[in-house]
Amino acid sequence: MTETTLSPAPSSAETPAAPAKGKSLYALDKLTQKRNASETRFKAYGITAILIGLFFLVVLAVSIISEGTPAFTRTVVEVEFAVSQEQFDDAEKQLFKTRAYENLFISGLKQQLDESGVTVPFDEAAIERLLGKPGNTIRSFFRENPDQIGQPVGFELAASSRVDGYMNGRVTRDNIVDSRFLMKSDLDIADALVEAGIIKTAFNWNFITGADSGVDNPGGAGIGASAVGSFFMMLVVLFLSLPIGVAASIYLEEFAPQNRITDMIEVNISNLAAVPSIVFGILGLAVFIQFMHLPQSAPLVGGLVLTLMTLPTIIISTRASLKAVPPSIRDAALGIGASKMQAIFHHVLPLAMPGILTGTIIGLAQALGETAPLLLIGMVGFVARGYPDGLIAGFTEPNSAMPAQIYTWAARADYAFYEKAWGGIIVLLVFLLSMNILAIILRRRFERRW
Amino acid sequence: MVRKPLPMNEMPNTVEKVTDMTETKIAARKVQVYYGDTHAIQDVDIDIQAKAVTAFIGPSGCGKSTFLRTLNRMNDTIDVCRVEGDIKIDGEDIYDPKVDPVQLRAKVGMVFQKPNPFPKSIYDNVAYGPRIHGLASKKAELDEIVASSLQKAGLWNEVKDRLDGPGTGLSGGQQQRLCIARAIAVSPEVILMDEPCSALDPIATAKVEELIDELRENYTIVIVTHSMQQAARVSQQTAFFHLGILVELGATQDIFTNPQDKRTQDYITGRFG
Repeated sequence: MTETTLSPAPSSAETPAAPAKGKSLYALDKLTQKRNASETRFKAYGITAILIGLFFLVVLAVSIISEGTPAFTRTVVEVEFAVSQEQFDDAEKQLFKTRAYENLFISGLKQQLDESGVTVPFDEAAIERLLGKPGNTIRSFFRENPDQIGQPVGFELAASSRVDGYMNGRVTRDNIVDSRFLMKSDLDIADALVEAGIIKTAFNWNFITGADSGVDNPGGAGIGASAVGSFFMMLVVLFLSLPIGVAASIYLEEFAPQNRITDMIEVNISNLAAVPSIVFGILGLAVFIQFMHLPQSAPLVGGLVLTLMTLPTIIISTRASLKAVPPSIRDAALGIGASKMQAIFHHVLPLAMPGILTGTIIGLAQALGETAPLLLIGMVGFVARGYPDGLIAGFTEPNSAMPAQIYTWAARADYAFYEKAWGGIIVLLVFLLSMNILAIILRRRFERRW
Repeated sequence: MVRKPLPMNEMPNTVEKVTDMTETKIAARKVQVYYGDTHAIQDVDIDIQAKAVTAFIGPSGCGKSTFLRTLNRMNDTIDVCRVEGDIKIDGEDIYDPKVDPVQLRAKVGMVFQKPNPFPKSIYDNVAYGPRIHGLASKKAELDEIVASSLQKAGLWNEVKDRLDGPGTGLSGGQQQRLCIARAIAVSPEVILMDEPCSALDPIATAKVEELIDELRENYTIVIVTHSMQQAARVSQQTAFFHLGILVELGATQDIFTNPQDKRTQDYITGRFG
């Protein structure tokens, strides 16, 4: 052995004798190879998992956007015509007043078509199929604005859902079946109107600001009213669950003695977090509405139910973040004579704040997307027929919430409502995203205090 | 600058007993501490002199830190911990039901093993104690307390230009002196130090030891340390703890040169521990 170590510069043939020096660092032994291989495998699993996740995320985003965007556009028929005082008086005297206004509209439409040089034969029935019954809209406009009589007024009338579908490719000449809703011949009229610049696609503000419409009018449906319902519900949830949750967790974490009762409470809070939301819904129905006689379908009740649901989430995350504050900070405060409460409120809570905010936002996001308990307490979509008048009414007047509204739309027969449901999901996600961004900004501000 | 007047009961002492050091500040008799079923401290009798440094030495787990924490009732924060016996500060039983531990801790300050400044500015770190105890009614008074505390802790020159900077941004030794300044700011009479230099390098340690020696003039100091050299350097009185028992208590010189107990001798000569 000593010979090999002493011999100067051993040739390559002699290297096998090297083991005397111990193992070479260049040659990987079996165990290391195995370990490296398993590490590489694990990394590959991880990357695959992330790729699968990303794939589904992309599919989700693409399908939501592609299905939902039509909800934000609407097909309108723009016609400008004047109604003279005589015509108005004459129409008001007739038995079928709206029919009289429709005739005025049709003559206006004819005139506009003539001006643009497009000719297409159409009759009243076809117009009704294309536009619903526009007479009522026109009549109520002139009754409310009598000063507009005699002047040319531009009307933007929503086209029927079939025409809307024809415009965005859902309805085609191949798949259309003649019915009282739309005839094949109507499509010729529609094409002519497009050519004349009378049918247009416009951004559907009504979808964002409007309220739910009847089952026969998907064009008029909007998510605004139920977004307001969701907003008021979130206010209730935030202002109840955050203080209650934080107070409960501070007590449990910092003050409560460690005994069997607190153990029981702890276990039950964790269990509560796993209770299906519909259970909270039926509880809310029984307690808040049937027993306490709070108004049915009100965002207040919805907020209370969702508060119950959110509390465990907030308590668990708050306790975790309180626990994560180093005990040396508590010692430091107590050591210079701060009371327990001072130590907690001056030092521990500010440090735990980012974690508490994260938990709160997760809880609120869950609450915002919750549908089942709302259906049980009557916050179904068709209730959201208008905006609440005033702040208090916002809490107590029947309203719906976005997810319940989406559910209601998705359950309706008309395909146009299905589109609205997707659009509603986009609005819901935007709402959620802005909530998250707000929370991130708040968290940053707390974190900046070292 | 005007020095803040010292608390009342420290005034007469400065007149006569600076060198004498026989006045007892803390008297403990038959102290027992239990952690659940464990009997952590047994029958400790000790007199801690005023305006002097008393060092607690002993191997790990011997109960010296535990005993230290009974002196300002920091053990109250541990649920399973139970203290029996008599601990009197200036003749008042600190475990009397009438005593509020919060008030006690303002009188008996504490410096911990790891520097633990609040994640706030240097100024706020020192000002926090005076603020919660209402020691200053005006901003100028508070400024005065902060400045004098930092001066006493020997940190003033290093931080006077960045009082608004974060306390956690200081070096370890500076942080520990900041913690001492924070403790001084509430004008305690006793300062307990739980291994204050164990996380510091030798230079920072030397500074802190120097500071302890200066503080002795105005405060009663009890220090727990693992370093026997440190005990020998800074303390006038040393107590040796072993397995929850106070083995020997005496003047530091005597303990290190002429220990009475075999266990003390073994420990200080490095035979165990």
